[in-house]
Amino acid sequence: MTVPALTAPSRPKRLTVAERTLGSGLRVVVVRKPGVPLVEVRLRVPFQSAQATHPARAALLSDAMLTGAGSFDRTGLAAAVQALGGELSVGVDADRLLLGGNVLATGLPALLGLVATVLTDATYPADEVATERERLVERLVIARSRGGVVASEALGHRMWGDHPYAGDLPQPEAVAAATPAQLRRLHAERIRPDGAVLVVVGDVSPARTLDHVEAALTGWVGRAVRPRVAALPDAVPGPLLVLDRPGSVQSSMRFGAAAVGRSDERYPALQLANLIFGGYFSSRWTENIREDKGYTYGPHSRIDHHVQGSSLILEVEVATEVTAPALLETRYELGRIASLPVTAAEVDAVRQYAIGTLALSTATQAGLASTLVALAASGLGLDWLAEHPARLSKLSVEEVSAAAAQFFGPARLAAVIVGDAAAVTAPVAALIPVTTEP
Amino acid sequence: MPRPLKLLAPSFELVHHTLDNGLRVVLAPDRSAPVIGVAVLYDVGIRSEPEGRTGFAHLFEHLMFQGSANLDKLEHFRYVQSSGGTFNGSTHFDYTNYFEALPSNALERGLFLEADRMLAPRITEENLANQLAVVKEEIRVNVLNRPYGGFPWIVLPNLLFDTFANSHNGYGGFEDLESATVADARDFFTRYYAPANAVLAVGGDLDADRTLALVAKHFGPIKKRRAPKRPSFAEPPLTAERRGTHHDAHAPIPAVAIGYRVADPVGSLDDQLATVLLAELLSEGDAARLQQRLVQREHLVTDVSAYLGEFGDPFDERDPTAFTITAHYPDAASLEPILRAVDEELARVADEGLAPGELDRVRTRLVSVLFRELDSVLSRTLNFAKFELLHGRAELVAELPARLAAISEDAVRAAAARLRPDGRAVLELVAGGAQ
Repeated sequence: MTVPALTAPSRPKRLTVAERTLGSGLRVVVVRKPGVPLVEVRLRVPFQSAQATHPARAALLSDAMLTGAGSFDRTGLAAAVQALGGELSVGVDADRLLLGGNVLATGLPALLGLVATVLTDATYPADEVATERERLVERLVIARSRGGVVASEALGHRMWGDHPYAGDLPQPEAVAAATPAQLRRLHAERIRPDGAVLVVVGDVSPARTLDHVEAALTGWVGRAVRPRVAALPDAVPGPLLVLDRPGSVQSSMRFGAAAVGRSDERYPALQLANLIFGGYFSSRWTENIREDKGYTYGPHSRIDHHVQGSSLILEVEVATEVTAPALLETRYELGRIASLPVTAAEVDAVRQYAIGTLALSTATQAGLASTLVALAASGLGLDWLAEHPARLSKLSVEEVSAAAAQFFGPARLAAVIVGDAAAVTAPVAALIPVTTEP
Repeated sequence: MPRPLKLLAPSFELVHHTLDNGLRVVLAPDRSAPVIGVAVLYDVGIRSEPEGRTGFAHLFEHLMFQGSANLDKLEHFRYVQSSGGTFNGSTHFDYTNYFEALPSNALERGLFLEADRMLAPRITEENLANQLAVVKEEIRVNVLNRPYGGFPWIVLPNLLFDTFANSHNGYGGFEDLESATVADARDFFTRYYAPANAVLAVGGDLDADRTLALVAKHFGPIKKRRAPKRPSFAEPPLTAERRGTHHDAHAPIPAVAIGYRVADPVGSLDDQLATVLLAELLSEGDAARLQQRLVQREHLVTDVSAYLGEFGDPFDERDPTAFTITAHYPDAASLEPILRAVDEELARVADEGLAPGELDRVRTRLVSVLFRELDSVLSRTLNFAKFELLHGRAELVAELPARLAAISEDAVRAAAARLRPDGRAVLELVAGGAQ
């Protein structure tokens, strides 16, 4: 019995899209995507800052943003959203604030009205801010009780030094010091439409929806304060950092280095090189340290995109007793892909995987909305999505090998291990230079 | 009568067929995007594990990916991914699933891959040893090395239920996992992985007739074996409150899981739906009753969640199933006030009923959540397969909005009245990582 061949691929349906930049500077993109009678909404507002107090205030602002707006108290706002079959949530990172949600298609105009009230008239009531402050502090403590979180944070500092990208997760003391007045000022200065993007995807008419958006958000105006943020420093890998988590049954290993973004002509080849190395299950790294050696449940490598630069990140949790052997195999695979050409079969496999999973991940309303708002951060849109398969199809084995050689050399990667230092430091130090000071 | 909601479920035309070997087939064509979902559900899960073999159903799930009649190790993954698709499998209390999302031009390949391992997985000493190591790493990363790992699904059943089937650790103890043999795995396959003990669902960009022919071509030759008789795992209601503690070395603050045995979710689906609505109005969103009281007003907990089904999916289990409330709280002394508040809020729903509009908004949101799940071809396909296996009717997926619309306020009040303090198990998580 032979494995059945693939048949001729079907073409995806063309999407109807409409776009408008409002007088306020807000860019609005609406895509009609029927299927289920819902709409997904994503509003991205630039939110970078170099101020040391910003990460804590931004995190608390996002947690408290929906606790009161206009004449709505917290319960009233939540009930109004729920009655539309809707949901709203707010998140922040070092680049942006993202207000996201979804709603029954019939409820979109009403939901946009509630969003407008939040944008123009969020109240940050003192008692609600106090509640969210306590909760955020507890959540940060819980997050940092995980070895993987500690390792990622340490890697960020190793790669980015004092740049805001290194301190994405705020410190509890800074959160405890943030006041409602500071949140209101931050909102007034930064939650403004110029430079913001609103993506709407779902069972809607794009033209009519643009009008609904314009009508609902007509009162959201003003220019945002735009602080200058320094460029990313050149990452210096340094020796491998070991942080102690006494008695830990596993070691959390993280590796990272600068990469290039989606607009860079080297990106498609880097994307495929990353898949071959550790970006999907059939990768060299997974087949080696999971399916052959059984050291881990799953290693994974990926390209992270930020406004000021992209990074190559490797993550794996391994049993404490095989920490050094897992490091050895990881460095072997890094060295191998950086030094020797990849094969045509590998390139064909990851090419199809990249094209197929792009189609799958944008086949849902939520997936397409999230993809589009992420692309919008680097000025890309539906065209980029439609053209990307062709870019991947054209790549040669040599181009992918060249990208692997440029980005995956183990000498350029910063490295961190969080684990039981007494057990892992000596075996790891036998392989490469180690430091225990962050 | 409640006001009927004007919520139209997307219509799906389902095609049913049963092969001579007993395999039940459900097709759900939808040509809107060139993608398909393929799902095979076997009617065996954690509850069917033999004593001394905790975690075996999950370990066996891993072995199903290690090569099959015509495929070497690693080939399953490679064929799916080099076709542009994704795969996974997961082990539940009452079933185990295997699935792929694929571009529609890989339809026959997906069917072949599932049929090949239904025919004969390659169970060898080497594969067993390798996957035993992988599963132990999975348990370390998800449970042993993680604060609140496996809380409460691994530990609450032991307090809430009595039989081995219902109460044991579904991830498995390392000793049990290490003593599993190739012979155990072959027996397990022969007994539980018969075509007649499985449902195949295929959804998305497909032609029903052509797909049925391909299903017959690939699954038809698999020999008929008798499906095992599934025993009843039901347990009677509790008559006295149970208390227990669970020590978590990494957790920085305490937590609690309050579990209640509830009625047969398949035999009394409307009671189950009323309890789902109750869970939503207690904990879903900032307007929910326990959020308002415990988080916002009394500052007793940092978060609270109420849900049905031990993995949080109310439609994932047969009898028995559990209604669970979990909360994390900074002060260990808050446990009794939290329990009192939960009892008072349940009594308030039972005795005083709901606020005007409360049931409608909760129901509207719930229906919206159900629709959202159906947007992905894979989760839709998995849902059709699950409802076909557990309820005997894949059609229920599309009927749930109407069923929910017919649930009355009185039914929700009755659901709250059934959650009595003497019918629950309270598992306190002791925070070993507190500073």
